[in-house]
Amino acid sequence: MVIFISLGEAVDVHIPDGFLDTRIWVGAGVLSAGAVAAAVAKTRKVLEDRQVPALGVMAAFIFAAQMVNFPVAGGTSGHLLGGALAAILLGPWSAGLILTTVLIIQMLFFYDGGLTALGANVLNMAVIAPWVAYGTCRLVSNLFRSSAGRTAAIFLASWMSVMAAALAASLEIAFSGTVPLKIVLPAMLGWHALIGIGEGLITVVVVSFVSRLWGLEQPEQKSVAGGEGL
Amino acid sequence: MNKKNLLWGLLVALVVAAFLSPFASPSPDGLERVAEDKGFLHLAEGKELIHALMPDYVFPGVASGGLATSLAGLVGTLLVFAAMYLLVWLVIRPKGSAGKGPSGKGHLN
Repeated sequence: MVIFISLGEAVDVHIPDGFLDTRIWVGAGVLSAGAVAAAVAKTRKVLEDRQVPALGVMAAFIFAAQMVNFPVAGGTSGHLLGGALAAILLGPWSAGLILTTVLIIQMLFFYDGGLTALGANVLNMAVIAPWVAYGTCRLVSNLFRSSAGRTAAIFLASWMSVMAAALAASLEIAFSGTVPLKIVLPAMLGWHALIGIGEGLITVVVVSFVSRLWGLEQPEQKSVAGGEGL
Repeated sequence: MNKKNLLWGLLVALVVAAFLSPFASPSPDGLERVAEDKGFLHLAEGKELIHALMPDYVFPGVASGGLATSLAGLVGTLLVFAAMYLLVWLVIRPKGSAGKGPSGKGHLN
């Protein structure tokens, strides 16, 4: 991917081939395969046919939004990850399937994220990010049961999901022996602390817009995806 | 969650992919920036294992960079939508789907 950088395009938050050693990408692949299998088993029980289009639209929107890099600071950009958005609106299980689909299409057709790194990318963005967002959002909205509390919960959940994905990617890259953890971790978390603010703002706006569209009652709305959302 | 809203949702995704993506910040993003700064970006060079159709979101054979990105975005958005739909229908086989498939016609589940 490095050859395209001069054209001003980005390698992305997605890990390319070459950053992970065999032990790490096989391990991450096994973990994420298990997580995706669990998501398939879970959604088989709860997903209804009328909810399928919502998954398609969410996947399409996340793919499109991931193309739009926003500048953060010092010549660095970031883009929406979407794990929090999908988890908050459709639940973490559906979110896992949505992000996995996006990652597979990105890898196959756009070479965004490597083939060997697919397992790690699925683990970071389709498993860790949605679940961290889901957990954080539940925790914070239960602590502050108000409209403002829910907005804060969504923002914090989004920020945390990006930081968790960046932390996981740092660990995978460092444990592969690519670069020492003490070098990669502060750099990754530093930039993603800024990128996470963009994630939070976009997620808050989109969730509030979609919630209003669906006519769902806040803060204790029923998810359209089999009640597994927030 | 009616059909009209979902069509609007897909339209929004297509508009974002077609009209916002050419204006995306060209700066390196999170991991790329770190890999550049910390000197391990070269490890990804020449390690591509597959030949993707539209590497780096550039539609092949289009001279204009902006248009190539827009087209790649449109194709990708539709691909993701179709893949998601198909995967859910084939793998998850959602409840209440007996007798009608995504197109409203019968299917074999």
